[in-house]
Parts: sequence; structure tokens; C-alpha cells
Amino acid sequence: MTIRFDNPDRPNSYIGKTVPRPNARKLVEGRGRYVDDIVLPRMVHVAFVRSPLAHARIEGIDAAAATGVKGVLRVFTGADLAAVCTPWVGVLAHLKGLKSPPQNALAVDRACWVGEAVAAVVATSRAAAEEGAALVEVDYDPLPAVTDTMSALDADTPVIHPGLGDNLAFRRLHEEGDVEAAMASAHKVVSARFRTARHTGVTPEPRSILVDWNPAESQLTAWHATQAPHMMQSVLAEHLDIPESRVRVICGDVGGSYGIKVHVYPDEVATAAIAKVMGRPVKFIADRLESFTTDIHARDHEIEAKIAVAKDGKILAIDVDDWTGIGPYSVYPRTSAIEGNQVVNLCGGPYDFANYRARTTVVFQNKTPTCQYRAVGHPIAVAITEGLVDMAAAAIGMDPVEIRRRNMYADDAYPVTSPAKMRFEGLSHHASMDKLLTLMDYDALRADQAEAMKRGKRRGIGIASFIELTNPSPFMYGIGGARISAQDGCTVRMDPDGSVVALSGVTEQGQGTEAMLSQVVAEGVGVTPEKVRVITGDTQVTPYGGGTWASRGAGIGGEAALQAARALRHSILEVAGAMLQADAGSLDIRDGQVVNADTGAARLPLEELGRIVYFRGDTLPKGLPRELVQTRHFITMDYPFAFTNGVQASYIEVDTDTGVVTLLKHWCVEDCGRVINPQLVDEQIRGGIVQGLGGALYEEIHYDTDGQLLNGSMADYLVPMAAEMPDMVIGHVETPTLESDLGAKGAGEAGTAGAPAAVMNAINDALRPLGAQVTEMPFTPERILRALGTITD
Amino acid sequence: MYSFDFARPTSVADAVAALGQEDAQALSGGQTLIPTLKQRLASPSVLVSLSAIADLKGVSAEGGTLSIGAGTTHATVAAEAGAYPALAELAGQIGDPAVRNRGTIGGSIANNDPSACYPAAALGSGATIVTNSREIAADDYFQGMFTTALEEGEIITAVRFPIPEKAAYIKFQQPASRFALVGVYVSKGAGGVRVAVTGASNDGVFRWSEAEAALAGDFSAGAVEGLAAPSGADMISDLHGSGDYRAHLVKVLTKRAVAKANG
Repeated sequence: MTIRFDNPDRPNSYIGKTVPRPNARKLVEGRGRYVDDIVLPRMVHVAFVRSPLAHARIEGIDAAAATGVKGVLRVFTGADLAAVCTPWVGVLAHLKGLKSPPQNALAVDRACWVGEAVAAVVATSRAAAEEGAALVEVDYDPLPAVTDTMSALDADTPVIHPGLGDNLAFRRLHEEGDVEAAMASAHKVVSARFRTARHTGVTPEPRSILVDWNPAESQLTAWHATQAPHMMQSVLAEHLDIPESRVRVICGDVGGSYGIKVHVYPDEVATAAIAKVMGRPVKFIADRLESFTTDIHARDHEIEAKIAVAKDGKILAIDVDDWTGIGPYSVYPRTSAIEGNQVVNLCGGPYDFANYRARTTVVFQNKTPTCQYRAVGHPIAVAITEGLVDMAAAAIGMDPVEIRRRNMYADDAYPVTSPAKMRFEGLSHHASMDKLLTLMDYDALRADQAEAMKRGKRRGIGIASFIELTNPSPFMYGIGGARISAQDGCTVRMDPDGSVVALSGVTEQGQGTEAMLSQVVAEGVGVTPEKVRVITGDTQVTPYGGGTWASRGAGIGGEAALQAARALRHSILEVAGAMLQADAGSLDIRDGQVVNADTGAARLPLEELGRIVYFRGDTLPKGLPRELVQTRHFITMDYPFAFTNGVQASYIEVDTDTGVVTLLKHWCVEDCGRVINPQLVDEQIRGGIVQGLGGALYEEIHYDTDGQLLNGSMADYLVPMAAEMPDMVIGHVETPTLESDLGAKGAGEAGTAGAPAAVMNAINDALRPLGAQVTEMPFTPERILRALGTITD
Repeated sequence: MYSFDFARPTSVADAVAALGQEDAQALSGGQTLIPTLKQRLASPSVLVSLSAIADLKGVSAEGGTLSIGAGTTHATVAAEAGAYPALAELAGQIGDPAVRNRGTIGGSIANNDPSACYPAAALGSGATIVTNSREIAADDYFQGMFTTALEEGEIITAVRFPIPEKAAYIKFQQPASRFALVGVYVSKGAGGVRVAVTGASNDGVFRWSEAEAALAGDFSAGAVEGLAAPSGADMISDLHGSGDYRAHLVKVLTKRAVAKANG
């Protein structure tokens, strides 16, 4: 039986409706349980001694003063932990040529970035551990630091890891068609140099882990703020030499992740290793400075790009040369080459064109490692593509909407394969653009812009179409050898009181996964969402799954939940049929009641069915299946990824005296397939947009040429704040994926993907009459004034 | 934070005595000092809180002068300094509500952060800094970044502002801290025209004398238009703006402040 999604009045129609989040009240009442809320008997705390230098040989570590601090129990060096914890190498087989040196939980012999942990101090209190850490004397012999991306491969630049031969981590060139020929014969060729700044995720809850080793059971239990509990289970087992079955990772409430918490962090593995050595629970909670120096960074790209267009605006060729510096190690196990790889995969994404060349060059440097952060590579690729398209439109005197219309894949062109060899099952660029223009009233906005100009106000409109990669198959990581699950499972069971418990392998990071699962299961079984209790984040309890990343929770985890729920519904009706002496096919479950499918007449409350099954099973026919627990798993098979699409628009005003950009309004129409919970999706889009706006206007990690991080605090690393944010209008087009019954694709990254490009294009729309253009993010007031020539050196 | 002793005297005399101890440090609203202690950038042996001294609190206007007790919070000044609207508005835009409910005018002026707002108001109004032992003209008081005329153990008790005919403050905020990346305070009163600039200079708050001269004859934004912006070479240059950018802002904000003062 298929769900009639086209009928909003169908019974149990929770999919597609905004239902309350089951965990919201707990969180707003302060009753959440984050890692730092957990206190175990005999628990100790670890604080890390971190390198103050970007690159230095560790000549010696003197812990005598530290061990003298009251409460300090033990100090570990890199060599100490290397004896109990094997190093890892952040490479994947399918990223050909990617190289990275072995990385230890604590630096051994050499520190390679400011903030790398070189020693660990364990004490009975956090304060004592910090006190001790301040007293550990590390004898550093400074080594030359590599900090510039573009010169990292120059002959006179020191090689960070001599054993690797050079500072090149990864390079990929993709060519389709004949770019040179297309450029040579094109009506116009426009080139630009783009820069996206180094960001980090700034999660409200910092990275947190509490690990307990029980030698009596040979079991390691980690309470961990993570997006991927099963991946962590595998990693901790492998590197601490424990059977995977004896590692349990529990992920309770998490205060935001944004991709930051899906990676293996040396200090977190060190915490686990220390717990195993000491046989005591060990807690590590990063402080904000540690977050800035050790949470993964992202987006540090420099790009030269060109677009060739015909007189009619048709895109003839796109040529992209992307460079990124990733720090001294490729991050384990997802690697730091994915972001550059995504730039190659995603540039030109919405457009039907023939000639494409893109190269990414990924280099080592002595800065905090970079890795996957919300909308991996997307904001970079979209900024390049949409920036070029707008510049081309201006060069040929065409409206930015019109040039997009002439190049976007037709809505009936699918399935189609892009010049980057991405396969699109079904997208809706034109329908989305139509909806966007209606929502923003494009013509009226252009009139308002002209009117504002008469009053001396420089306003600009920016459009950015985009594609987003969601619902990844094993082609993302598994194919490269990583034990990262692309499938996900859900177990749904009915308890005696008729309530339903759903255990899912996807995780809740505060984004509403549990709400989504509760309504999918509610509709699938036929109960109200409040009857569904969702349990996530426990490797010993939930089905095996990948967790939360690449916008997979709803599309993969949701489908598994739907299938499990419908299987349970089937099991319940089988029992009900026996109890009511009716054909199971003539019955349905609605709002927790077995009813006649045709009339809706109530026949049996689920509580009664539960009572009979669990307490008076003797009254049921012998041999009647009464399996009120069902598990289903889901994996995508037809496409490597479920691409989504969307288009954003930004309306801004530039104060040309101060350079300040004011965000007046923002629009986003996106197509994530089936919308399960409209409000959750809208807020995901808005939150994503805010992170994108942060990249466009505020966020930038600064380093000096010695590799010192200059803004490791919330006072100096600017994040978008509510007062600066514009109203955001969100609209949807729904093109469900046919790979699943649910039809959902991901929605978590679309906002971040398109917002920076939309703002950049809006600013340049405002500045173009003045002959100015900006392409280096963030677009700070000073950069605006420099572009205008108001300030010159 | 390191450990320290804590004193909370109820009179200025007791506070002065307590500050005579070795490595003693006065604490007012603590909006700068407490974070500094938390980051272990300071380790006083004793913190002398001034928050229990009733004499240091309150706002009063009399005979064209607004007097503010040094321990008066920004929020109170914002609410009660209606006799000097430009000052009240400045106080209402410092930091965020938490900062305004804890931070005090005396603490701000004693600290003389080069990006703080109050030094601009004091210098831009020609205020008098009153301490437990003397009265200091603002022109003599501010002596460079985090440097003032205060002696060791000297406590500000009040700040007296002559209420000008016209005044306005325009602040370009550092987005995260809401400190002034550049702030310009202009006033026109019995003492003439004053233009005080905060946030910009490596020497802390300063008077832009060229603008004052130009505005003395013609108190209009246009009078500033022809001036060259001050040199960026002496300006603060940091992640949030270069010296040249700050210098540019000084002129832009001065014009805007004059226009605002003229209503």
C-alpha cells in the first residue's frame, strides 16, 4: 500500500505537516543531557598542553611541576599514548593520489599547527588539569612554518612532511569537451579570481567526550557529542585494539554540529586512550579557544575561473583552477580532499553546457586541519559559478535571471549527466526560479532598486542557483575503504500500551531528526506522533547506521523508519485480523485504533491488542506471528547521490561611505523532494542561510605568516547575529526522489550553499555602476571601500 | 582565574585604604577586568569591589552640569541622563544589556580602553574627572591607550559633564563586541566645538583639532567635507579595519555626527 501523499486529508497524515518536536520542551527547559552534564563515579578530567608554535620539533617535555599540582594524577606525552593507540592516515582509495602522514593522538616529536595537542594532563578536577597543563614545560625547536596556499608547492617552500616528498596532498583535474577551443571562439570570456575565507563551525556546545573503560567487561563506553556514533565505534576499536563489539558510543543531546563533529579528533581519541590506560572515566570538554584552534576549519580556497558565453548568453565553457590549504594532515577518516573534490564536482551544476575543466590542488600547511563543514564545497562552487554567470550577463548586457533561464537544465531533461559527471535524477531549476521571482516580485524589486538609486542609495539584487548533494551512497566514503555506513536502519516496536518506540541509526544534533522520525513512524504505523518515542545515538541499542552528515537523515534514515513502521503496521494488522476474525487487508490503523479500512469504524485500540499479545498470548491462535518489532534498512542504489536544487536571492544596500552592507531581505526556493515537516525544513534552510551569510559578510579565521591564529575568540571571530539578519522568505518545489517511498532528499545544506553567492552578486549588482566588484569573502566594509577605490594603500 | 582575596568596602575612604595593599586592584562593573582574570592575564592579590559604595552612584543635573557617580551603570545613565540626551544615547549603545547593567562609567574611564565609548564623551564634552583626591580636566586625564592621569590607588568618584548646546555621538560598531571600531563625539557649547574620536588611534581617544577649527566657524557637515581625513599611519590597524580604513571612518562619522547634532 502506497501512501497517498497527494491527499493531505488521508488518515494519519503526519508526513508533510508541521508537528511539534518531541525533544523541544526538554531542551528549552534545560533538561537536555549533554556530555558535560554526565558525571560518573571516579571520573577525572583531561586538559591538553597545546603547541604555541605552528611548526616545531619537540625536544623534551618536563612534567615535574605539573605533577606537583594538587589533584593532578598523571601527565601523558605523545610517546606514552603511541604505545597504546595506533596512528591513523586520512586517505581514501577513491581519491587517487591523496596522501597524508600518520597522525597520532598526541603529537610525537613534532607539532604541526598552533593548538595541536602535545601532552595531556589528567586531574581530579578540570581546574587542576588546566593548572597542571600550564606548568608542563615543552622544549620546542621552531621549524619553518608553511602558511601560504599558493606558494606551498614552490621549490623554495619547506616541505612539511619530508617523507611525503612535497606539500601536495591531492590534485584532481577533470576535463570534459574542449575548453580551450570554446574559449577561443566565444563571444565573450570573463575571468575572475575568487577567495573564500577559512571558517569554522562555532558549535554552541563545544566538542565533548567522556570515556569509561571497564576492564572487568573489557568494554569501552564513550559518551560523545558526535554525528556518527557507529563510525566512532569502529575508529576507537581499531586504534585502541578493542573488538568493535566491545566499544559502545552513546550520543545524547548535542548542541549543534554543522559537520564539525563528524570527524576523528586526536584529543578525543587521546581521551579514550587515557581512559583505557587509567581504568577511570575521563572527560574532555573543549573550551572556546580550543574550538577555534582544533575544531576543523573549512572553505579556505583561492580560485581562478573563467566562463565563455555566446552572444545569446549560452554558456560555452567553464574553467576553474581551485587551490586550498588543508593544514598539516588530511583529517581522518573522511579526508580533507573532499571539499576540493566537491568544487570540481559542483561547479556549473545547474547548467547545461558542454566544455568544462576544473582542477583542485590541495596542499599541506601549518594551520588547523580543514575538513567537511556544512555544505562541503557547495558555497565555493556556487560562488564561482554564479559569480561568473552574473559577470557574463553583465558583459553581454543580459538580465541575470534571463541568462540563467537560457542555461539551466530544462525541468523535463532528466535524468541527465552533467559535464562534471554528476547524475541528476530529477531537478526543478525553472520551476524554482519561477517561484522565486513570484515570491520576491522581481520586477517590483528592480523598480525599488531604481527608486532607491534616485535617493542616492546603492541597492543590489543577487540571484544564485545551485545544486546540493544529499542522500549519499557508499560512493562517498565506503568505496574508498572507510568504515562509514551509507545505509541506515530503524527498528520500530509496539509496546503493551500501544505506544511505539523507534530506534534509529541517524542522530539528533539539535536539528530535529527525532521530530522527523516521529512523524514518519506515526504515519507509517498509524498512531499520533506523541505516541512515538524516538531513540537515537547508541551503538549498542540502535540499528547500524551512518548518523548525520551530507543531508542524509531524512532521506536515508527517514525511509528506513517508514519501511520499518509499515512492517510493524502489517504485523499489528495480522494480529488484529486474528483477534477480530477479519481479513487483515480490510483493516487499517488510525490514531492508535484498529479500524475498518473502508468505513473507518473503530474496532480495537492498540492498547488492547498489546495487552492480548504480551499478557494473554495464550488466547491467540498457535503459530500466529506476533512480531511487534520490525527492523528495516535503506540504502540508495540507483544514484550515487540524490541531488537537490534551489535558487536564492538577496537584496542588499551598500553604504558607500562606510562600506557596510545591509541585508534587506533574502529568499530561497529549494527542492528537497518530499517535505516531511515544513517548519523544520524552513528553519533548516534559514539556519543554513545564516551560516552562508556569515561566510559572505563576517566569518574569517586569520593567521599571521608564522601560523599564529589571530582571532581565537568570539570577540574577534565574527559570526552572524540575529540583529543583522534579514527576513528570509522560503518556498519549495517538491520533486520526490523515486528511489524511496518517502521521496525525501536532504535539506540541511541548501541554505548555506547558495547564500554567499547571492549576497556577492547583490553587492556587485549595487557596485557595478560604480565600476567596482568584490570576489573575496567575507565582504567586509573595508574590502568594499577598497573595491570602490575609496581607500587605497 | 587565579585565586585572590576580595574586599567590598562601603566608603571611598575604606576603598582607598584597601587599595593600599600590595597588588590590589579596584573592581567596578568588571566587564573588562573579570574576563581578564578569567584568561589569567592578571593576578591581583586582592580585588577591591567599589560596588557597595553608595556615594559613587547616581545621576544629577544642576546648573548646566550633569554629574554622574563613578559607580553608575551604563543602563542607569541611559535611563536617567535625560538632561544630556547625546550622553544618554551613547550609554544606551554600549555593549549589550548585560554589559550595560554591570559596567560603570567610572570603570570605563579608569580603564581608558582605546575603543570605549565614554572616553569620547568625556573628552568630547570637556568633562571633569573627579577623584577621591582631586579634579582632572578630561584634556589632561586621557594620556594614551589604557593610560590615564590616575595615580596608584586613586579612585574616580564622579564625572561632571557641562551640558553643551548641541552634541551627538556616532559609533561604527565592531560587530561582535559592539566596541567602537571608530566613534566620534561632537559637541558645541560654551567651551566651543569639540570633536573627540575613540577606537581609531593607537594613542587612545583624541581630539581632531582640524575638524574642531573648521566647525568652530561653521558647525555643519559641509565644513568637514573639505578636510583631509587624519593620517592612517597612527591609527589602530587590526583584523576589523586597517589604519587607513579607520582614518576614513573618522571623517565620515564626524560629518554624520555633526549632522545628527544639528538634528
